[in-house]
Amino acid sequence: MTLTAGQSERHEAAPTSSDAASTTQAEISTEIARLRVDYERERRTDGERTGPLLDYPPYRSSLLRHPTKALQHADPEGVELFAPVFGQRDVDPLEADLTIQHGGTPVGERLVVTGKVVDGDGRPVRRQLVEIWQANAAGRYIHQRDQHPAPIDPNFTGVGRCLTDADGVYRFTTIKPGPYPWRNHRNAWRPAHIHFSLFGTDFTQRLITQMYFPGDPLFDLDPIYQSIRDQSARDCLVARYDHDVTQHEWCTGYRWDIVLTGGFRTPMEQEQV
Amino acid sequence: MNALVPTPGQTVGPFFGYALPYPGDAALVPPGTPGAIQLRGRVLDGRGQPVPDALLELWQAGPDGSVVQQPGSLRRDGWTFTGWGRASTDNEGRYSFTTLPPGTAPGSTAPFFALTVFARGLLDRLFTRAYLPVEDGALDRDPLLAALPQDRRDSLIATRAGSGYVFDVVLQGDGETVFLTYPGQPPR
Repeated sequence: MTLTAGQSERHEAAPTSSDAASTTQAEISTEIARLRVDYERERRTDGERTGPLLDYPPYRSSLLRHPTKALQHADPEGVELFAPVFGQRDVDPLEADLTIQHGGTPVGERLVVTGKVVDGDGRPVRRQLVEIWQANAAGRYIHQRDQHPAPIDPNFTGVGRCLTDADGVYRFTTIKPGPYPWRNHRNAWRPAHIHFSLFGTDFTQRLITQMYFPGDPLFDLDPIYQSIRDQSARDCLVARYDHDVTQHEWCTGYRWDIVLTGGFRTPMEQEQV
Repeated sequence: MNALVPTPGQTVGPFFGYALPYPGDAALVPPGTPGAIQLRGRVLDGRGQPVPDALLELWQAGPDGSVVQQPGSLRRDGWTFTGWGRASTDNEGRYSFTTLPPGTAPGSTAPFFALTVFARGLLDRLFTRAYLPVEDGALDRDPLLAALPQDRRDSLIATRAGSGYVFDVVLQGDGETVFLTYPGQPPR
């Protein structure tokens, strides 16, 4: 990533503090629309940019938490060419089912989400850790800081882990999370999402992201989702409904494949590890 | 490098605290282990205020420079050094790892901790290195450090303190930490 003149100008023009209670969705949407126009112009000259902007003023919390200096290019070396190893010692297979962690069945739409984790060249990322966390069906997290007055579900924590299999495939059984309000601006709502944490075969492939559900009416309004300015890249975060994953009289099914960056070591080197 | 479009990152958000931390996450070795050190510091925002909802991950070589490829980071057995850990910041933005000092890994010039930084408000993870303040000339030979102006270079070198090292992560502004991008990272 490089910080272009256009980006720094946008930052200077943006508010440096926020009054979350008084900023309206219309004002945030106007900022989002303006940044979208900028991107369409830049895309014609500079090409597609598929990563999220770190400096995205409509997401107010990013204002003081993004680096202002260009990221330094580094060639990965030493430990950076490897990732930590996780194994069956680390993860119990039952952790992949978020609906069986308590005495009863959680409320909501039961679903399976599954997909394949590959590197930038399409090679499967085998036997590597995938972690997820999410709100319950009412849009409430089991977290002290979540004060949204929606019910806590005593049968749902919303945390899961699994290892990808020999083909790079992960699979979780869970409940469809609800959308929830947040304090970025007045009447701000996040589209329903599941947080995903992924490791690759190199340290440099580390990824934390969010998976969304198709057709969410909140996409256009959400500054976190819109911080990825390229539509095709944003689409990469949306799972697709897959009737072949859906199970008869049991649950709906979604498929979401994940592409990590890079892969600096050759497959032969990876086999030797 | 990438035949496929990499899946974009998104912020870790505010609610990871019940999901990603786990018992023993920041203790790569049990406290009291002979040779154990502490790597600690603060995560600060653009106004110098502590960031209480950040998460750091550490990945390092063993003291002999070997790259460890052992499972067990999530359920530590007290004996296996896995080279990986995770630490949340507290209300004062402080984090702390208990670990062993890294040696110089094959292909590296100087010993460092590889760090990944996540936080609410940070739209994608950041990578950096915390170099040990070794005095054998290795830091002067290190290609990354050599490419940086002096004032920025210092942001990557931990300082010795008590039974370990201090390394602050400054997300923005005066003393901003040098964050890294590697070949093949998606353009923003």
